[in-house]
Amino acid sequence: MIAGRSANELACDYRPVVTQLATLTELREVDQKDFAKHGLTKEKLQEMLRKMLIIRKFEEKVEELFLVKGLLIGPSHLYLGQESVAVGAIMALQRDDLTITTYRGHGHALAKDVPANLCMAELFGKSTGNCKGLGGSMHVAIYPKTGSLYATAIVGSGIPITAGVGLGLKQKRSKQIAAAFFGDGACNTGAFHEGMNLVALWKLPVLLFCENNQYAMSTPVKLAVSSPSIAERARSYGMDTILVNGNDVVAMYVATKSAAERARNESTPIFLECLTYKMKGHGVYDRGEYRPKDEVAKWLERDPIITFKKRLLDQKVLTTTEIDQLETATQQEIEDSVKFAMAGSPLPFDRIMSYVYME
Amino acid sequence: MIRDPDVILLGEEIGVFNGVYKVTRGLLDEFGPERVRDTPISEAAIAGAAVGLALAGMKPVAEIMYMDFLPICMDQLCTQAAKMRFMSGGQLNVPMVLRTQYSLGRQHGSQHSQFTPAWFLQVPGMKVVLPSDPRDAKGLLKASIRDPNPVLFVESGLLYRTKGLVPEEEYTIPLGEAAAKKKGNDITIVAVSRMVNESLAAATKLDADGISAEVVDLRTIQPFDLETIAESVKRTSHLVVACDDVKRGGIGAEISASVTETCFDYLDAPITRVACPDTPIPFSPQLEQQYMPNADCVIKAVKQVLGK
Repeated sequence: MIAGRSANELACDYRPVVTQLATLTELREVDQKDFAKHGLTKEKLQEMLRKMLIIRKFEEKVEELFLVKGLLIGPSHLYLGQESVAVGAIMALQRDDLTITTYRGHGHALAKDVPANLCMAELFGKSTGNCKGLGGSMHVAIYPKTGSLYATAIVGSGIPITAGVGLGLKQKRSKQIAAAFFGDGACNTGAFHEGMNLVALWKLPVLLFCENNQYAMSTPVKLAVSSPSIAERARSYGMDTILVNGNDVVAMYVATKSAAERARNESTPIFLECLTYKMKGHGVYDRGEYRPKDEVAKWLERDPIITFKKRLLDQKVLTTTEIDQLETATQQEIEDSVKFAMAGSPLPFDRIMSYVYME
Repeated sequence: MIRDPDVILLGEEIGVFNGVYKVTRGLLDEFGPERVRDTPISEAAIAGAAVGLALAGMKPVAEIMYMDFLPICMDQLCTQAAKMRFMSGGQLNVPMVLRTQYSLGRQHGSQHSQFTPAWFLQVPGMKVVLPSDPRDAKGLLKASIRDPNPVLFVESGLLYRTKGLVPEEEYTIPLGEAAAKKKGNDITIVAVSRMVNESLAAATKLDADGISAEVVDLRTIQPFDLETIAESVKRTSHLVVACDDVKRGGIGAEISASVTETCFDYLDAPITRVACPDTPIPFSPQLEQQYMPNADCVIKAVKQVLGK
């Protein structure tokens, strides 16, 4: 529900909904009044903020390493401004639930407890990275140890894979669920549609998070998506759909918690369209100059971290001192991760053949 | 499937219909709809779901009805499955089998006949297996299912009706190992799939002509057993490669290049490839017969190489 309107209603007049978000206050008020009602203890809320800060600082550091220090190379797609989607969702999942994400995956990786050290070393291409330096930025979210199962650089390809993971979990009578994260761009690919049909047809225990940050590279949703909304595409596959304010970490948490419970207990897929926005461009070098300045300014006001901090202070969950401590600790963790990364070295070249096949 | 409850089948028409070529006959009845899953027409999702199943700890055996449909799932096979182990620094592996067949020789026309395993020679991380007879089919399929890597298992539609001795007991045939199906001294014929049988027929006729041909069935083209080929070529000094793909850039091209690089001093003549012409496959039955290589083409190539 958003401001008293159902997702069904909202899905039908999508573009007006996007402009309606201009008055985000009404969205912010949904379910925010009582944290306790949703099992959000101080510890949990603090952890939410900590995780978002880790992601924010990691991404800012990555940006600096690319653009200022010239120490990183290759494509990198920052999650700045979307931290609430990954953190809210992943904190509402169980630790052994399996996530499948994309090349814009640093946020999901860190939210799913992939150590920042390993992520940073991976970006530097060192053998101490979680993918031994063989994957890089686009695959940093591959760390099955914590359930961060896969990250793909091919738009849309994660949805059929998630169908398979969900089917495997169902087959094994596991209590785990699979969760895919993808963008608005994925919703026009063939693989997306084939996967959507399959998860709904076979009633798979799967959550599908469409992070609609309203641009696929420089292409705005209204120039790519034929239907009035993405959410209604999910409904057309017979899937239950939730439309969420992605910039509200608590809304993401609450929506995911209820969706995950249903997926887990009823073995049914749920589609969540999470409205959000990139603070910067598509990749680290992209200035995003194709976006109207007033639109960018409007969304920067909805910065998920700034707004969450304010709410935590207003509702007296945390003090300014506690927040400052979190800031310092997370910043230190990121600085340490850079030191760790720079101290490592790449794999010896003759070792790479051994990673092609499993013996 | 009896041995390992994690083996799960998915594909179009494999269950209720028993498989379009009856390869999966009876499996739905025996193992039920959860393990033998009829899918919609969604090749990308079939392949993608197989990848996901493998990541979740299952042993999927997915079927793509015709090799011509593989391009629809190339992303899942080549960019996802084949690369996952490498890109993840060894954290992931994808124990999936993707079975497919090619209908060259059955008048199915250009879009339902093609034989393109050579495409996958450009995809490190994928294994490509081609059985040429019933006995090998059982051993190679079992080995493929047990292999922790993604395996493309290519069956010849024309060979579906061939009968041969299949031992009842449990056995596997190692992937990446070629086998000399006939020993000989004068020339080596390396072949895969249907062309193994044509080559064996050719070799029988060549025996009568006093030419002793050795027929090596590659069985796996990726990784392929260069050692066995080289050992044979070093003895015979002559090589013909016979496959059902178009000549340009086909399986024969890779084998020719590899053997030339490693066995040049042992070769008494250039290597010759027996393959299809570089055109799509014509429907017309008479044209198709002329299009496909057969025992006579192999004989002709052998005699040419031997200068006879």
